[in-house]
Amino acid sequence: MTQAIELTEVWKFYGDYAALRDCTLAIQEGSCCALLGRNGAGKTTLLRILAGLTYFQRGAVSLFGEKPRADNARRQLGFLGHGIGVYEDLSARENLHFFASIAGSSNLRSLTDTWLERVGLARVATMPVRQFSRGMRQRLALARTFIHSPRILLLDEPFTSLDDRAIAMLSELLSEARQRGATIVLSTHQLREALAIASHVALVENGRLRYTGERTQEMLDDPALLYRLHTELSPPQ
Amino acid sequence: MNLLQQSLAVARKDLAIELRTKESLNAAASFAIVILLIFSFAFDSFADEMNEFGGGLLWLVFAFAGALVFNRGFARELPNECLDTLLAAPLSAAALIIGKALANFATLLVVELVSMIVFGIFYGVDWLAQAGGLGVVFALVTWGVSILGAVFGALTVNLRLRELMLPVIIYPLMIPLLIAAIELTDTVLQHQPVSGQMQWVRVLVASDIVFTVLAWVLADTILVN
Repeated sequence: MTQAIELTEVWKFYGDYAALRDCTLAIQEGSCCALLGRNGAGKTTLLRILAGLTYFQRGAVSLFGEKPRADNARRQLGFLGHGIGVYEDLSARENLHFFASIAGSSNLRSLTDTWLERVGLARVATMPVRQFSRGMRQRLALARTFIHSPRILLLDEPFTSLDDRAIAMLSELLSEARQRGATIVLSTHQLREALAIASHVALVENGRLRYTGERTQEMLDDPALLYRLHTELSPPQ
Repeated sequence: MNLLQQSLAVARKDLAIELRTKESLNAAASFAIVILLIFSFAFDSFADEMNEFGGGLLWLVFAFAGALVFNRGFARELPNECLDTLLAAPLSAAALIIGKALANFATLLVVELVSMIVFGIFYGVDWLAQAGGLGVVFALVTWGVSILGAVFGALTVNLRLRELMLPVIIYPLMIPLLIAAIELTDTVLQHQPVSGQMQWVRVLVASDIVFTVLAWVLADTILVN
């Protein structure tokens, strides 16, 4: 199988502080890797490096053999960070139209309509996003992330503060993405949800990858097992 | 999507937001009008010399009003982390900066048009007869300051004092553009041929090209990290 994502001995410093230390990770195409770890462990930094949002000082990173800032790499990328990444003063339709157009998608009108319908925002398609509820914004953000059918999905704590409907929608979208062969990397604190979806697990602690490997049945049965075996910290409650 | 199409998509999006909120347009236009009115009280605004220093007055106003427009350009991308979303999207960084410059350009041209109407009324300058010549000069200068504003707007977007830092950084860099703009505007307002001032036209064209190419080449470095 092709390696979709490869990090080799990556170091990232903020001033003197090493946010990532000698991280090496290979993620196969079509797999779903859950990045686990506590706040400040380096999960977001790792995802930002993969998304080409921040440079690193040492090592090498490639997405399908390309550097993260290469046009070809970003064409295949869907990124959902901590912010929802949509414009408050545009309508849901305008937001989706804009993001689909810069991704080079065709049939923008029908694609936008399909996604508005899919995330349950068709009736409020022309309403400015600033009038949306939190749940509606989250669903719009999901549509924005998935609209161009990216081959790599980088999701930073995607389950955090989602309502039930958005969680169900995200799970469905992730499942579909896996079926079409997309590679998914998601960082999360929510062990159970992440382990249920993931095929692989990477545990980050103090900027180091403490464990990388396949997700096992034991991890599903006892989500805190990873922490007990591979970190010096007590397992999360 | 090529660079031009992507730039136009960014510009259209920014202008759609601007038309809806009118944040920078209202601020910049009202600032320009107030300054022009204050100067009209301070000086004998109907004096014959107005054609001689009208260019200086106008470009001083446009430069200050421009800073208000440029500050909003990238600040608009901060809520909801839209800037990160754009940088991770298949959108070239150059297209993002050029798109922002196009939106700046259009907004600033509207501010300039409104200001010129006020200038014509309160200073008794009949500039409509020279509208064509002024239009070319304004377009050349406005593109130069717009691309500068977009580049340095991107550089200062994450600074706490960006409203202060942006003008402090861009005004010194605008000097060649502003000198050329003042000279050419005065020439046109005095009904003299621009052919005698071609060195300033060359300065404008060269500045526009240099700033645009630098923005294009350095966009990724400017925006990432």
